[in-house]
Amino acid sequence: MSLEKLLVISAALFCCGLYAILTRRNAVAVLMGVELVLNAASINFVAFSHYVSRVIGGQIFAIFVIVLAAAEAAVALAIFLRLYATTGTVEVDTADHLKG
Amino acid sequence: MPLGNLASLSHFLPELAVTATILLLVVAHVVGGNRQSAVPAILSLAGVGAALLLTALQASVPAKSLFEGMVALDGFAVFFKALTALATIVVVFLSMESEELAGRSQAEYYIFLLSVLLGMFLLSASTDIVMLYLSLELVSIPSYLLAGYLKGGGRSTEAATKYVVFGATASGVMIYGFSLLYGMTGSTHLGEIGRALAQGEATTPMFLAAVMVAVGFGYKIAAVPFHMWSPDVYEGAPTPITAFLSVGPKAAGFAVLVRFFYTVFATPDAASGAWVLSPGVDWTALFAVLSAVTMSVGNLIAVKQDNVKRLLAYSSIAHAGYMLMGFVLLSPAGIKAILFYLVVYLFMNLGAFYVVILVANRTRSEEIADYSGLGSRAPFAAVSLAIFLFALTGIPPFSGFIGKVYLFAEVINKGVYWLAVVAALNSVVSLYYYARIIKVMFLEDPKDKSEIAVPAFPRAVLCLLAIPTLVLGVYWEPVIRMAENSVKMIAF
Repeated sequence: MSLEKLLVISAALFCCGLYAILTRRNAVAVLMGVELVLNAASINFVAFSHYVSRVIGGQIFAIFVIVLAAAEAAVALAIFLRLYATTGTVEVDTADHLKG
Repeated sequence: MPLGNLASLSHFLPELAVTATILLLVVAHVVGGNRQSAVPAILSLAGVGAALLLTALQASVPAKSLFEGMVALDGFAVFFKALTALATIVVVFLSMESEELAGRSQAEYYIFLLSVLLGMFLLSASTDIVMLYLSLELVSIPSYLLAGYLKGGGRSTEAATKYVVFGATASGVMIYGFSLLYGMTGSTHLGEIGRALAQGEATTPMFLAAVMVAVGFGYKIAAVPFHMWSPDVYEGAPTPITAFLSVGPKAAGFAVLVRFFYTVFATPDAASGAWVLSPGVDWTALFAVLSAVTMSVGNLIAVKQDNVKRLLAYSSIAHAGYMLMGFVLLSPAGIKAILFYLVVYLFMNLGAFYVVILVANRTRSEEIADYSGLGSRAPFAAVSLAIFLFALTGIPPFSGFIGKVYLFAEVINKGVYWLAVVAALNSVVSLYYYARIIKVMFLEDPKDKSEIAVPAFPRAVLCLLAIPTLVLGVYWEPVIRMAENSVKMIAF
């Protein structure tokens, strides 16, 4: 597989993720969009690490992205659970008590 | 030559002190029976105090690159470490006084707070995008938890939800920008990325990467259009955390913004001491517009706010806009102005939030209407708040004025007059909403005439915040010299 194909896949994944973040109202679906964006970046890092740079830095970065995405998801889901416990829903547009 | 891992440890003492304190707090949390005791707060104060002293000792050490080029130890990093440690100490005082947090587990709270501090230490010093991403998340993730820390508070949970959704999105976009930079240069080290980019032509991917990275940093400093989370988070979060987020992570965000853009998109010109920007992109125009829009949106929306916390949130967006003025020209004098303004801003903003906490402890309200007659109910707190608000407006002889003079001077020196005019008009707008609080406090009759007692300890802390706010307005020489030295060592 060539570098171009990998970059097209990651760009498509990035756009899908951004689309999900901007259109979905369910907080969990938004989080899934974020994961897609992070995975797109990981693909980029691994692809560039293989084709452009001969050092392993990019692959290390991809591992960091995966680990931190897991940490972020854990905290985000805990917060969404609290939101569900207090309001009975995880739709982000029902959370509108703070505005002005 | 970067130092190896073991050799770096002796230059890493402030971070190690904070880490040790976090671990001690974990032990205290498990062992301690009483979740409401003051032990974690005192332990945190000792730990952060030690870190501050160790940072002060680093001030005279020549600049070094640590951990195989991951972290820099230079005047710039030391300045921000001292600044964020100082902010954290004040926030611990705020937290001890706040009754919002009284029912919650204390040790956990301080573990999160100190984790953010450790993240800010590393963020202002990181010279590698891996380290930069790691420390940015170390600042963000505990911040989400702190924003949602209030028990049974629907508002607090909503704030945390919005914070985590915006934060995760911004960091995801930023990471994608990093991956493009890595692809163009084949390195994760900021200095090497900068050198590789300086050799080539400015291309569309480079501009795209710069914009994507700016999204991540713009979110941290709450610059328009990435500011939408901040009013909601600032209103819903516990007040000490609001104060913390508006000073600490914002300062660290400025640190990383400056270090990243200087080392990646600019090359130092040894002859003139200025920085030469990568050609092809009109950075000055881009950041000037960002700065003007940020301060205007912040100030104009602040005018119609009735909640003090929300008003201060919009005012803090506006202040990020003022500070971006110093960034516009990418000149050492501009950076010096930002550093000085951050010091001044720390005292006046934390002071204003401290009074909000003291009043809310008694009245259970943050509405401006409930501040009526505060001048007679709690004269000490009201006068202090007036000092902080005048300083935030930038009226002489308060310190905010001197901070603004330095920011304006640099913009005018370089001939970007329109930005100076916009900023001056904005200051006039800000006078309206700050003065409205002062008017309500001193000129309106109180609904409830009972006195609000301010005990001796909060009084002392208020004095400690008000005195620098006043003194820096007439004698600012040492701080500006410190800021100047911190800028000089930035080239890495």
